[in-house]
Amino acid sequence: MRELIEGSQAIAETVLRCRPEVVPAYPITPQTHIVERIGRLLKQSAGTRARFLTVESEFAAMSVAIGASAAGSRTYTATASQGLLYMAEALFNAAGLSLPIVLTVANRAIGAPINIWNDQSDSMSMRDCGWIQLYAQDNQQAVDLHVLAFRLAEQLSVPVMVCVDGFVLTHAFEPLEVPAQDLVDDFLPALVPEQLLAPAEPMTIGAMVGPEAFTEVRYLAYQQHAGAIELLPELSAAYQQRTGRAVPALSCYRTEDADLIALALGSVTGTLRAAVDQARQAGHRIGLVGLTLYRPFPDAQVRAALGRARRVVVLERAMAAGAGGAVTADVRAAVPGLPVHTLVAGLGGRAVSEQSLATALIAMADGRVDGMQVLDLRTDVVERESARRRAAVRPGPAAVNLLRDSAPGGSRIH
Amino acid sequence: MQIRVHGRGGQGVVTLAELLAHAAFDAGLQAQAFPSFGSERMGAPVMSFCRVSRRPIHTRQPVTEPDAVLVCDATLLHSVQVFDGLARHGTVLINSAKSISELGVAELVEGGARVELVPATELARAEGYGGKPNSVMLGASAYVLGIFSLQLAETAFRRRFGSAVPVGLVEAGYRHLAGAELPELPDGVEATGRPACAS
Repeated sequence: MRELIEGSQAIAETVLRCRPEVVPAYPITPQTHIVERIGRLLKQSAGTRARFLTVESEFAAMSVAIGASAAGSRTYTATASQGLLYMAEALFNAAGLSLPIVLTVANRAIGAPINIWNDQSDSMSMRDCGWIQLYAQDNQQAVDLHVLAFRLAEQLSVPVMVCVDGFVLTHAFEPLEVPAQDLVDDFLPALVPEQLLAPAEPMTIGAMVGPEAFTEVRYLAYQQHAGAIELLPELSAAYQQRTGRAVPALSCYRTEDADLIALALGSVTGTLRAAVDQARQAGHRIGLVGLTLYRPFPDAQVRAALGRARRVVVLERAMAAGAGGAVTADVRAAVPGLPVHTLVAGLGGRAVSEQSLATALIAMADGRVDGMQVLDLRTDVVERESARRRAAVRPGPAAVNLLRDSAPGGSRIH
Repeated sequence: MQIRVHGRGGQGVVTLAELLAHAAFDAGLQAQAFPSFGSERMGAPVMSFCRVSRRPIHTRQPVTEPDAVLVCDATLLHSVQVFDGLARHGTVLINSAKSISELGVAELVEGGARVELVPATELARAEGYGGKPNSVMLGASAYVLGIFSLQLAETAFRRRFGSAVPVGLVEAGYRHLAGAELPELPDGVEATGRPACAS
């Protein structure tokens, strides 16, 4: 049944229908609604086996998740931004120990300067920590991805991060269908852990491995992780049989005859779709690829989706210092010979408008701009600060100067 | 139809957009609601957005060209550009016991906008909810926007608040503008383009 529901609430209800056994939780904006809801629902449901544990930090949350998962429990938690960074060490351990934990990241910028709004700097910083990364394009997909995530994680023994744009999705109300309990039960069998830490049969996991075998351990983990590229379409087909909804590694919109294809991850694909329509109306053949599976990177599928375009622009929701954009590098490697540009947009909650996107895409389609572009960059503010830094020995912190320069008299809509 | 709600933290601005979306969805329309995210503090200016359409809604940009603007706190008229981007014949609903000229919005009316006023704070205060004008604003919106009935507004409100807040406040907002006889509006009329004038 379709209902109008907040993203966080829908995710919480879906996660509970996946019957997690342990949920260690620590709050952080904009993720808090999810674990709050899970905690409340668990408290209300009598007879549940699930344990909801409030812990003292994100590091503790992931550490408890590791312990619970190693003991054979289906384990889930959620975080965002600095919280994900605080988990970093444990994230690598969860992956290295092949523990099928599912984590929601409510994507948020990383400080400094401190910023609670949405971009994807957090999950991008952890893209190579050994977890599978899935990016939700809308809240229906966010919900469906969580069900798939548990299957992926448990079948491959690899942890999965479901990345959901903070506020833009987590706090948005939109119509969607939370998969029914019997559908989830049918799709997601009880966890049969690949390894089980149990007092009856003691064993060691997480042994120290020296140069003689470390490379091989890593290589096997790499292969295991890459298995998601083949497994996701299979699971998606099985899920579609039950729900009518597929969750492919990537989705294409108006790409058949496109000269320029924009590729993006996450919720910005919705606004991009409108921008593509606008550009098409103005006579520009532009298409869109929304990438849901980012790690492992589905090279062949990306190549097939982009192959016929003349040029590609990757919309990045994070700035990679010294490189422009992380996704651009992956895409460039997948389509050698094709010009791949970068458009950085929506950092720290900067609104991404259809009009700005359409204008930027058209300029790129015409070949009028090249290399890295930043959407709606306030060049006047940047130039003023640059001049200040040239003129003064101690110009003060740029963040504070820029804030003073751009402080609006009254609040603006965009 | 694109709707922008303005108010101050604590007035139920985010909830109002959510309830508008619920009522519109129950009327058989596609709907989306989201807040202007971030530092929502008591008393600070807050915005929320609602889109309603017959077709699926994909865009997620903030509402910069609203067909309707709902203002939960008239003191914002002097500090925030609440009418930014308002459609030429757009609709405005302001929570105020003052008149259009006293509020200084006569220019809007001359420009072609439809401006309706409802003393939501005063009506809500009668029931002890003066700080939360959103219930009355919801009822008044049912009349002004013409996309869902009073009944659907009441259903959305009851679903959210149960019996904790008197649902009569929703009706009071509607009745203030519609008069006592409560003319029925068919559900789902005029989902796109200009708001219907409920005549």
